[in-house]
Amino acid sequence: MKQLVRLAVVILAVCGILLFTISRLNASQGYSGGNTLTVYNWGDYIDPEVLDSFEEETGITVIYETFDTNEAMMTKIQQGGTSYDIAVPSEYMIEKLKEEDLLLPIDHSKIPNLKNIDDRFLDLSFDPNNKYSIPYFWGTVGIVYNSKKLDGMKIDSWNDLWNPALKNEIIFTDSPREIIGMGLNSLNYSLNDTDPDHLQEAYDKLVSLKPNVKALLGDENKMLLASGEASIGVVWSGDASEIMGENANLDYVLPKEGSNLWFDNMVIPKTAKNVDAAHEFINYMLDPKVAAKNTEYVSYSTPNKEALQYMPAEMVNDKRFYPSPEQTERLEVYENLGPEKLGRMNELFLKFKME
Amino acid sequence: MENKTTRSLYMIPYVIWIAFFVIAPILLVLYYSFQDLNGDFSLTNYQNFFTPIYLEMTLSSFWYAFLITLVTLLFAYPTAYLLTKLKHKQLWLLLIIVPSWINLLLKAYAFLGIFGTYGMANKLLEAVGIGSRQLLFTDFSFVFVAVYIFIPFMILPIFNSLDKLNPTYLDAANDLGASRWTTFRRIVFPLTIDGVKAGCQITFIPALSLFMLTRLIAGSQVITLGTAIEQQFLVTQDWGMGSTIAVFLIIFMFIVMFATGTKRRRARG
Amino acid sequence: MDKRISPLSRIFLIVMFALLYLPIFYLIFYSFNSGGTMYGFENFTLDWYRELFQNTRLLIIVLNTVVIALLSALISTIIGVLGAMMINKVRSRRAKDSLLSLNNILIVSPDVIIGASFLILFTIAGLKLGFYSVLLSHIAFSIPIVVLMVLPKISEMSPSLLDAARDLGASRWEVMTKVVIPYITPGIFAGFFMALTYSLDDFAVTFFVTGNGFTTLSVEIYSLARRGISLDINALSTIIFLITMVIVVIYYLITNRTKKAPDMEVFK
Repeated sequence: MKQLVRLAVVILAVCGILLFTISRLNASQGYSGGNTLTVYNWGDYIDPEVLDSFEEETGITVIYETFDTNEAMMTKIQQGGTSYDIAVPSEYMIEKLKEEDLLLPIDHSKIPNLKNIDDRFLDLSFDPNNKYSIPYFWGTVGIVYNSKKLDGMKIDSWNDLWNPALKNEIIFTDSPREIIGMGLNSLNYSLNDTDPDHLQEAYDKLVSLKPNVKALLGDENKMLLASGEASIGVVWSGDASEIMGENANLDYVLPKEGSNLWFDNMVIPKTAKNVDAAHEFINYMLDPKVAAKNTEYVSYSTPNKEALQYMPAEMVNDKRFYPSPEQTERLEVYENLGPEKLGRMNELFLKFKME
Repeated sequence: MENKTTRSLYMIPYVIWIAFFVIAPILLVLYYSFQDLNGDFSLTNYQNFFTPIYLEMTLSSFWYAFLITLVTLLFAYPTAYLLTKLKHKQLWLLLIIVPSWINLLLKAYAFLGIFGTYGMANKLLEAVGIGSRQLLFTDFSFVFVAVYIFIPFMILPIFNSLDKLNPTYLDAANDLGASRWTTFRRIVFPLTIDGVKAGCQITFIPALSLFMLTRLIAGSQVITLGTAIEQQFLVTQDWGMGSTIAVFLIIFMFIVMFATGTKRRRARG
Repeated sequence: MDKRISPLSRIFLIVMFALLYLPIFYLIFYSFNSGGTMYGFENFTLDWYRELFQNTRLLIIVLNTVVIALLSALISTIIGVLGAMMINKVRSRRAKDSLLSLNNILIVSPDVIIGASFLILFTIAGLKLGFYSVLLSHIAFSIPIVVLMVLPKISEMSPSLLDAARDLGASRWEVMTKVVIPYITPGIFAGFFMALTYSLDDFAVTFFVTGNGFTTLSVEIYSLARRGISLDINALSTIIFLITMVIVVIYYLITNRTKKAPDMEVFK
């Protein structure tokens, strides 16, 4: 008994010391001070130096918080109890957030740098006139393949994945819309098609792909593709550019039938406390030099056309990640299908996984 | 009377915990389970559960949880038994737990590397002449990693009940000429059954709702109820259906608990 | 008891330990990889460690994690032990099984559900999200595991032992502190360490119930996955692992010097 009590006291003392240390550290970082801006973003999705220079120029301390899925982030904002000043959701989530009335409109007069954004990426269906969101990064969904392991096999279409030679070689993202969308696209239907017959057709076609499926994965797919564990993968372009940097045998292709065009966007949640600082932050991120620096760090595609001149030429001229306007025309942005239709897709996806 | 109330004071924290962190969440989950996508009261979620997809998922969850528990027990029992015979047994026991303090996601990444085509496991298979084969995303690797995660949870209670085993019982059995196997079956195992039961509960119940490993290690080829709930909450955002599956998980757990409870009563006559 | 074990058993134990530590050594090995990935070792480097020590934000997160784990394990152990005693007092089998099932609900419920429902409860209660909400949640989901670890020890305690103590004139308090607690100490330790494990591993619940400016290591690591987990996390794990090992060994040496086999003492 004595021993237990002594142990408990030691633990409490250790916790006390640690708590004290934490509060000192927090104070030294300025986190507990007044003028702070809380940014809610994906992990490691911003150049830390950009944050530093923002702090230096504005005197605002940035608190950087992270999430790992759009849906989890939405739940957090919806339930309240938090006050994020900036969040970075993907485009389909913006429609949901708008529906739930969780966003503040963005005052464009405070964002003069908005003019730097390419017109192609403004005023899109998910947010007319960019009332609530400003594009942060964008990209596509496509096929990454290991040309060395595939021995020069030509891949430029979704239907190439059905090649029997690829048995047990393909890694997919574990995400219903990407996979069902791929099925629809391969049949030349729209990604946003919800006709039950078309969905069934896409499902049947996907089932015949099952022998080629090695796994359906989340973010760990990057490691497996880069290490050569699988020779082909269906991934987001941002992931593709990252792993291509690690393994020179990999190449990325946008399937000719079309694919998905996605955006991550900066928004101001309704719970924001420091709305002025949030505008200042958005404007700062749209500065061409800042955007260029951030893009080089993150390696996703920037929508900032003025930033391109500050970036290395080989990055900007890479048609795989900066496709021409003609190419982007074939791409579709996900529409918010509503819960019933999304539920139907999800059910088909579950069935596909269990096949 | 007053004495009795003061005697029951110690129950307060636990009862409060049950009320606020068990009963209240269950009520919430029940409430959500009767809501359809539009937020209206309905039984559609329950109807949905009795479709082949979810029934199949339930069966497969049970099958894997059973398999995982069995394999864990098969390895945990001898380990716990041998640990009790070591000199610094408490230290060794602690060292069994320490690996579980390293982040699970990181360990899962490590297993991806170990079981990969060019990983250690395949090098070993080649060295012993079996030849390399696909290990990742198979039932084998899934069960292996699940057992890896649960084994300390199983070893601890078994170790604790073995450790207290009175050696005189064993001596007596030996003196009476009982074989080792008989001693184990008739004396050691029955005396440690409480520990084994605790270990099985701590393994089986969470194994029913495993989700992360089904994706990371099984490549989403194994689907459990936990995975389905995860999807409903975080992909479809259909909290109603997610809650319904959770209600069934809880019901299954009650059944398992009562089943193991009755068995014990019979064993004790 | 015979302290020696057969060579075959020894090999079995060695293999078990090797397997348990294999992934950890794998992580440690790659924390020195200049290639920046967890495959294809290129050159030895200490860059990741250097990077790590400049990262104050990560240091704060680690300290948060440790404080939450220790405090929640401590408090949940106390409540769990009391709970196990209460369940042990219940005579009817049926009531006992029901109580135990209630106890186990948080173990069987997937983390998302626990996290989401706790989040709703906390916002209803108007509790500010942050340190305290995370601490409360960790205590809440660790209690059942403690109960499951302590209960077998309590129920196997023979009633005659307690009667004997009472016959010798021990008060209730004395019976508790001098007989019961020492007997169930191994269970208490097991419960404490399991609670620690649960707390350190938890991602989903913490994610939902945390607020501005408070994160734990698991939440941070999971959110890094989308951009790829960098090797300074491996370096961090290596350091945490080494510190843990040192603490465990020192702790063992200290307790062993002051008391030999503490839990057995009462019976000798």
